[in-house]
Amino acid sequence: MAKSSPKKTPMREQPPKERIKNYNEVPFGYSPEEAVIEAERCIKCKKPSCIEGCPVEIDIQGFIALIAEKKFKEGISLLKKKNILPALSGRVCPQETQCEQKCVLGVKNEPVAIGRLERFLADWEREKGEIEVPPIPEWTGKKVAVVGSGPSGITVAADLAQTGHKVDLFEALHQPGGVLTYGIPEFRLPKAIVLKEIDSLKKMGVNIYLNSVIGQIKSLNELLKEYDAVFLGTGAGLPWFLEVPGENLNGIYSSNEYLTRSNLMKAYLFPKYKTPVIKGKRVATVGGGNVAMDCARTALRLGAEKSIIIYRRSRTEMPARSEEVHHAEEEGVIFQFLSNPCAFIGDKNNWVREVECVRMKLGDPDASGRRKPVPIPDANFRMPIDLAIIAIGNSPNPLIPSTTPELQLNKNTSVVINPANGRTSIKGVFAGGDIVRGGATVILAMGDGRIASKGINEYLQTGIW
Amino acid sequence: MFQIVRKHEMAKGTIISLDISTPEIARKIKAGQFVIIRVNQTGERIPLTVADKDTFSGIITIIFQVVGKSTALLRSLKIGDSIRDVVGPLGKPVESELLTPLKSGTIIMVGGGTGIAILYHIAKAFKEASNNIIGIIGAKNKDLLFLENEMNAICDEFTITTDDGSHGEKGFVTQPLERYLKEKKDIQLVYAIGPVIMMKNVCRITKEFEVPTMVSLNPIMIDGTGMCGGCRVTVDNKIRFCCVDGPDFDGHKVDFDELEKRNSLYRDDEKDCILFSIK
Repeated sequence: MAKSSPKKTPMREQPPKERIKNYNEVPFGYSPEEAVIEAERCIKCKKPSCIEGCPVEIDIQGFIALIAEKKFKEGISLLKKKNILPALSGRVCPQETQCEQKCVLGVKNEPVAIGRLERFLADWEREKGEIEVPPIPEWTGKKVAVVGSGPSGITVAADLAQTGHKVDLFEALHQPGGVLTYGIPEFRLPKAIVLKEIDSLKKMGVNIYLNSVIGQIKSLNELLKEYDAVFLGTGAGLPWFLEVPGENLNGIYSSNEYLTRSNLMKAYLFPKYKTPVIKGKRVATVGGGNVAMDCARTALRLGAEKSIIIYRRSRTEMPARSEEVHHAEEEGVIFQFLSNPCAFIGDKNNWVREVECVRMKLGDPDASGRRKPVPIPDANFRMPIDLAIIAIGNSPNPLIPSTTPELQLNKNTSVVINPANGRTSIKGVFAGGDIVRGGATVILAMGDGRIASKGINEYLQTGIW
Repeated sequence: MFQIVRKHEMAKGTIISLDISTPEIARKIKAGQFVIIRVNQTGERIPLTVADKDTFSGIITIIFQVVGKSTALLRSLKIGDSIRDVVGPLGKPVESELLTPLKSGTIIMVGGGTGIAILYHIAKAFKEASNNIIGIIGAKNKDLLFLENEMNAICDEFTITTDDGSHGEKGFVTQPLERYLKEKKDIQLVYAIGPVIMMKNVCRITKEFEVPTMVSLNPIMIDGTGMCGGCRVTVDNKIRFCCVDGPDFDGHKVDFDELEKRNSLYRDDEKDCILFSIK
């Protein structure tokens, strides 16, 4: 056998100049040959540490060994024992801080491309057209309501259906998937794949009720009368604004609104699809996370000549995945570091024309360990813009807490749970994902779902709270 | 899918009333709340006022004016056709403390354009709570007025205005409003629902008379569940999301000028879209 490469097997991608003219996925994914070459890089550690880095504890070494042996069918079955949605997590997990960070190869060379291999198996199975659904046991007689069809809700629904409980999944929007559908753009996560993965849930007997805003059409207490347990996975859908002058000018969006218009409502296909979105020529996105990258890259695809990221810290502190930052840079997104908007200036018709920023320097580390940005006096500057997107974070959606006063929250308005089993302060009610964490990641939400589904099972079996 | 069970043109070709079978929403919705609908697969989500409900039959009534592509599409649907998505109830209902009888007090209900539809739903709730109601409704002309008889039936006093004088008093709703406020000293509350400019003018007058005034705002919306802030309005110098904090607010604290400008955001896109549909 030839000596394996110190680097990951590269994944072919659409060239930047071409891809900013379309919404198609950027990376093409591995061919079976490439997958096998990459899988052969795994050195089969005696004590695989990669698994410790995975929030849902996939048998990583196991499925990679099966790829190396070209046993793809067996590989996907093993993968799905721990992760029902591998096509999604293989694409959107921050592997560099999870499984791949723990890979021993990464000490001297590049780690094994675990995420790409996970994605390969899921795509291989889907393209073959025979998605395997785990067998469903006989009904236990218990009913569970899952509120929210994002990553945590999907995980809970899948786990509990596999245990034999009857699961009803409630979603406020007209399509399931939560952030996978309205938030993460098509070029990063094709919606056809999301819908296909969610289709497996239906095959497992999960009823999905769309257009159902819990807190309005039914209260949490009403759900508790109909169901033996309830899981809340309603996410962090309340956008933060900067609260600076001029922020309500025309041409200023929250990232949630910008992405919902372009992804969920397909405004990039306007006027065939009827929802409009403002197409700026000079677009400023405020923030340094994955959502900011998604917005800045969406702006390019909607025809922006200049797409600028304004971030108050420096490159090192950016919370976005390195791959996303890299993709954004390749596509021509401009980064304005150590700057924070202090005002937006509009014209007489109330349209935004300029953003005024304060220059920052980095001070001492704050509670999160990141160096705190400190304003530099008298160093303000202005930039001409005609669209701004605020992508500085979200709080948990308050709709259910506000109609359920007995649900205990912490000072950040997140739902308080027992991290060991996902229990909230109300008997029979569990929670997980961004409603507990604030804006976090897809795989953490899936991990929370896994913990909560174990907690729900335990409660339904023993009846003890 | 939600079936249309009745269709009625209230003003020829421009104001339409639809009864839609939505048993769960009909059971839950209260005065002041609204729904968001998406007519078909390629449609946009638009907020619509609920003018009435019939819990027993599981029906809600929506009344809308044909102003653009989506409302035109909605008008084209026939009895028996279905609307792809209807979500609701959304927003906060009219505050229950407002619905308790205001002893020896009177409420003036002012409605303009399609705002009359939601005004009627709220006025009915006020009447059921044994309040005295003075109704004022106005429109550009006679053909654009609707729910006239229904409003008349629940109002103790009732005035109609039209801009061109083709029916009732000639002029705007603010004229009889000012008259009532001068004549009657016991007005406890004014409720105004209609175009932004109308609500703004009503509030200017009621502020002079120091009468508390509620308005129902109508910004651009997408999800209607508080996740995007597209419908943000400035009330009392704070950002509020109309879909979850409203739609009803203290009219004396609303920044109407900002709302008016934000509502013009997609005017050009709307035109492009209509041209696309004609093509």
